[in-house]
Amino acid sequence: MKVQRCKGTRDLSPEEMARFRLIEGAFRDCCLKWGYEEIRTPTLEYLHLFTSTGTLTPSRLNKVYSFLDWDGWSGERVVLRPDGTIPAARLYIDSMEEKRLAKLFYVANVFIFEETGKETRERWQCGAELIGIGSAIADVELVVLALEVLKKLGLSGIELRLSHAGLIRALLAKLRLSPGEQTKLFDQILDGDVEALARVKLREPELRKALTLLLDLKGKPFGFLKNLPALFSQSLPEFEPSLNNFINIVELLEALGCDYQIDLASGRGFEYYTGVIFQLFIGGESIGGGGRYDALIPLMGGKDIPASGFALYLDRLMSLIKLEASAKPQPQRIMIRVRPEAIKEGFGIASYLRKAGYVAEFYLGGQELSNLRWMLDVQKKAPLLVLIDQVKRREFEAQTADEVLALLGEGEGDNKDSTA
Amino acid sequence: MTIRIALPKGRFLGETATLLQKASWGLSGYTEGARLYRLKSRRFSNLSAKIFHEKDIPIQVAVGNYDLGICGLDWVEELLAKYPSSPLVKVKNLRYGEGALYLVASRSEALATVEAMQAKTEAIRIASEYPNLAESFAANARLRWFSIFPLWGAAEVYPPENADLALIPGKVGEEAFNNDLVPVSKVLSFSAFLIANRSSWETKDMGEVLASVEDGLLTGERRLSSISKTRTPEIVGRYPFRETAEDVVRLALPDGHQQLPTLKLLEKAGIQIDDYPSPTGNRRPTTNLGGVMIKVIRPQDMPLQVANGNFDLAITGRDWFLEHLYQFPSSPITELLGLKFGKVKIVAVVSKDLPVSDVYSLRQLSAEQLAPLRVASEYVNIADKYARDNHLGLYRIIPTWGASEAFLPEDADLLIENTQTGRTIARHNLKIIDTLFESTACLIGDAGKVFNSTKRERIKTFIETLQTAVEDI
Repeated sequence: MKVQRCKGTRDLSPEEMARFRLIEGAFRDCCLKWGYEEIRTPTLEYLHLFTSTGTLTPSRLNKVYSFLDWDGWSGERVVLRPDGTIPAARLYIDSMEEKRLAKLFYVANVFIFEETGKETRERWQCGAELIGIGSAIADVELVVLALEVLKKLGLSGIELRLSHAGLIRALLAKLRLSPGEQTKLFDQILDGDVEALARVKLREPELRKALTLLLDLKGKPFGFLKNLPALFSQSLPEFEPSLNNFINIVELLEALGCDYQIDLASGRGFEYYTGVIFQLFIGGESIGGGGRYDALIPLMGGKDIPASGFALYLDRLMSLIKLEASAKPQPQRIMIRVRPEAIKEGFGIASYLRKAGYVAEFYLGGQELSNLRWMLDVQKKAPLLVLIDQVKRREFEAQTADEVLALLGEGEGDNKDSTA
Repeated sequence: MTIRIALPKGRFLGETATLLQKASWGLSGYTEGARLYRLKSRRFSNLSAKIFHEKDIPIQVAVGNYDLGICGLDWVEELLAKYPSSPLVKVKNLRYGEGALYLVASRSEALATVEAMQAKTEAIRIASEYPNLAESFAANARLRWFSIFPLWGAAEVYPPENADLALIPGKVGEEAFNNDLVPVSKVLSFSAFLIANRSSWETKDMGEVLASVEDGLLTGERRLSSISKTRTPEIVGRYPFRETAEDVVRLALPDGHQQLPTLKLLEKAGIQIDDYPSPTGNRRPTTNLGGVMIKVIRPQDMPLQVANGNFDLAITGRDWFLEHLYQFPSSPITELLGLKFGKVKIVAVVSKDLPVSDVYSLRQLSAEQLAPLRVASEYVNIADKYARDNHLGLYRIIPTWGASEAFLPEDADLLIENTQTGRTIARHNLKIIDTLFESTACLIGDAGKVFNSTKRERIKTFIETLQTAVEDI
């Protein structure tokens, strides 16, 4: 019987892993250069960690992989982590709270049940969290860092959409809905229903005007946003702090020459966000996003520490990048054929060649040799080493590893000459 | 083309039998206490019916063993809450057996509203036979911290001491429940439903059978639900112990058929229990033993309850004790005393027609066939461990809620079941191929728990008194 792959999971082939590592590498390089430190949290967490903040929507919680552990007789369930930020915040509270500022990043898988099994239920994220700073420039740092990673990967056509959770929350608070209705509307927005806000019927004309103006910001230039406080300061003073914060951030992005779009109604996944929300798209497909979540750490029992962060969706990026465009030059490969009696010498020379930067592989039978330039025969009797150049159809005899290295060096030199 | 239907035992049996009689199915033997579970219809020669515990029916229909089933919508929703993509079609509301699932709390408790639950910072314990619906309620209500205690029954006796909330069935519009419980939230309305397997529904012609049910419904006048008939009119157990003092010993006694032998043993030990077994369904009997509080719950539920410190002592079976330990090897509970009664063997059973004499030949047979071996059992973890330990290869555990012997041979290949005499097994054309262990009633507790001196002394005395009585048997 054929053993099947679990529904909703995917394998990563060598070719896909090359893409994966390329993205991971670009992300790590950028984060390290911006002074972020890498962390890794466990795959298993208590379900309680994700319910305690009251931030994840029921529709997300109903899709977590939760189960009773072998010692789960108390009913305490564990989950395969459904989110990257909450575990990072837990780690910060656990062991880093004495730090004034923590700049953390991770590459982690998250698990979300997807009913049809057509999309993968295990998803990879590149996440960065900036914990301890509440300024607009911190938010901008994250946006620019995310964009830099994408640029480094050679991606173009990136669309940056901005919204603000503080504004959405202020608006919801003004709607005078019953707690039940408010929760429902909130959950709809979180689950990605962009029409939810527009459907709200408002009696007060002031509020209706405000809502229309805010929703109409979509695609408008910065000037529109900048003029809003003047309109609202009298009638809706509650909007002012969030609005000013939003304007601040957009102003900084303008100064940096970033392309962006304001789209207030899209709040998908902003569950724990309190301030700016930014989402990244390529060709209409969401490839990442983030925002400010000042309330999360205190809600989890930590100190009153502001934070913001973002995640890039590795699986989506994998299908977008062009491998050859950014592939690093491969070191030369050498296939070594060793006579059994010369195994010690063979392994010795292979190790020597690897230290010198070559990929040294043993011929075990079954390997494809035709697209390979260099082969090396190792035997006990003279000539001890025979280097074969399959491209130029030449053979060289050698006695020591250094001689082989020198020959390889010359060979590469030839190669450069011929391609020049 | 045969049409297979799963029919319920228990609460809906009477009304379902009446409906099918009106539909002129001509089923003989679909009565309370039926001893054979396979029925034929005189009207539809291609129709075969089998009687199941109601909770098994949605699962059996979803996996495709049955094309149709009749059961309460509550059990359908319980399955869908955990497995939303189950291929089930709710064909028709049969309009009898109407009731609702209520989340109830003790009247004396503060958890009267969903808002109060959300505000609570400690874990909220919810006890229920409907653990999936309870969990989904908790997620939808955004409870910050909760523990769900899945139960085999008697959820209504858990609050307030052993759970904060219970999710239980009641009548439509019910406002007061036994044990001084009040509804906090109505979670679901239900009634008997005709359900179908989605693929059967799409591919099989079941029109005639369905039309006959429709006719039966039209000629039938609306009847009172069985729930309202069986519920005792009088509210019992109105005055539960609210405060459990630190030195009170909390003892769980079994309901069901272990009641009489338990009572006999306790009487022999000079312990008097009043109103046990209770004709009114009172689950909090009193005793002449000082400093002991008693609740009557399902023996299946006791190990988990003792492990969680909800009870100090419980009289259950070794089978359920091991079932718990196989699921939770680090559980703190231990067997304090074997009680010698309630002796059963836990056995591995297959159909007589299967050319298998022991577990080794079963392993061979299972290796040769392509389909997974279907292992049905009330003891999910014992069955799982047995299949694992015996290298049964590709297998699937089918949880059942009683009458498991009816599953063989068509709905399961192997059964892990308890038996006293082996007669039921023989009557169903089955044979025993292995004995896993022998089980008797036992007293369990948490030996590692530290109590104050009064309570420690009381527990010690209770065990010693019982031990003397047991040795006398």
